[in-house]
Amino acid sequence: MGGNLLANYGEAVAMILFGIGFSNLLLQKNLIKKIIGLNIMDTATYLFLAEKGYIAGRVAPIVVDNVTSVEAYINPVPSGLVLTGIVVSVSVTALMLSLTIRLYRKYHTLDMDEISTMLKKEEE
Amino acid sequence: MSRLLSEEEYRKTKAFKIRRWYRGEKDPYLGKVEMKPQKPFTEDIKTQKQRIHDEAILRRNIYDIEHNKKLQIFSKFYKVVSIVFVFTLIAILLYVVSYLPPVGNAANPDNNEVASKYIEDGMKDTGAVNIVTGMILDYRAFDTLGESNVLFIATCTVLILLRVDNRSKKKEEEENDRLYEPKNDIILQKVAFFLVPMIIIFGIYVILNGHLSPGGGFSGGAIIGSGLILYVNAFGFKKIERFFTQKTYKWICFVALLFYCLAKTYSFYCGAHHLETGIPLGTPGDILSSGLILPLNICVGMVVACTMYAFYAMFRKGGF
Repeated sequence: MGGNLLANYGEAVAMILFGIGFSNLLLQKNLIKKIIGLNIMDTATYLFLAEKGYIAGRVAPIVVDNVTSVEAYINPVPSGLVLTGIVVSVSVTALMLSLTIRLYRKYHTLDMDEISTMLKKEEE
Repeated sequence: MSRLLSEEEYRKTKAFKIRRWYRGEKDPYLGKVEMKPQKPFTEDIKTQKQRIHDEAILRRNIYDIEHNKKLQIFSKFYKVVSIVFVFTLIAILLYVVSYLPPVGNAANPDNNEVASKYIEDGMKDTGAVNIVTGMILDYRAFDTLGESNVLFIATCTVLILLRVDNRSKKKEEEENDRLYEPKNDIILQKVAFFLVPMIIIFGIYVILNGHLSPGGGFSGGAIIGSGLILYVNAFGFKKIERFFTQKTYKWICFVALLFYCLAKTYSFYCGAHHLETGIPLGTPGDILSSGLILPLNICVGMVVACTMYAFYAMFRKGGF
């Protein structure tokens, strides 16, 4: 164990959130709850990236009074990456929800196991 | 029809043939390509019986959940294993985090020359006071074009999946919509009457100040989209169809993405060949500054606002 776990508590919280989302994805039978789990995992990634970009004692990268020295602002690269991640997660969530609506219209349930048994009965 | 040629002469030209083919009036391959009908699939009785028998055994042994002990054991085993797996994953990740450099330290390896280049030269190169906007819409604008396209493609896929084409079904869906959603809620209408203009004006403000303050196309577009959704909830689809239909959506997205594409092609061409772009950067801090970033922000904002509203409309009743 390295010594930085307490100093990196934000990143540690991000990892625990990631685990919670992943366990939702594995254990829930309801499709909507699975999608919520995936969104929790997305959020964990944003938190991790925001923690990576933070530098103590510096402000957000918006130039004030023409000060353009590196010592004044935090790292702007992770902020841009978070933006990309949010857009992709919105699109993926919309796609998954629409697929779920299609499944619900056909089988009238959101339970994965019930849907798969119905599929097998259909094949008979 | 051509104005210079007579009807018969025009019929002989290639343009007429291409036009007929384009309109689907005549397929040039029809009657000229040999087409063989497919052989119908036949199966003799013996193998058919064998196949049905095999499938029945397979289903009885594997898929019958209530009477299958193995499957019940497997589902319990699956739960235990997944919990153990998740805890192991969290433990490994926390172990890695404990070895990462401490948060907030300026000497961390991720605060390298890329970030310092953006901070030091960002305002001079792009003219944007907000360095993040300058980064995503100038240095890395190709990436943002991809993001807008991802949003557009996501709407197209949702449209394919949820669109209701059948007339009678569409009517049924709209009647259901009217049943479940109270449309003439007086409280909601009064609140929306005050709030919607303010939300939309705030969204426009965030988009137009994207290069000066936190915000930009994506966040401002999301705000405008939520304003449109509130409007629909209060007044219904009939009112919003006066100014926003599927056709409007298509044209706004098309024009915004095309303008984005052309503007960025131009600036990449000039930048790669070290040419003068001819677009003034202005004084940083003014509203009309930073070259192409302001129009690009407006484009992204329009695409995002339309996409948010389109998602809502399609999830609610399968069409605009």
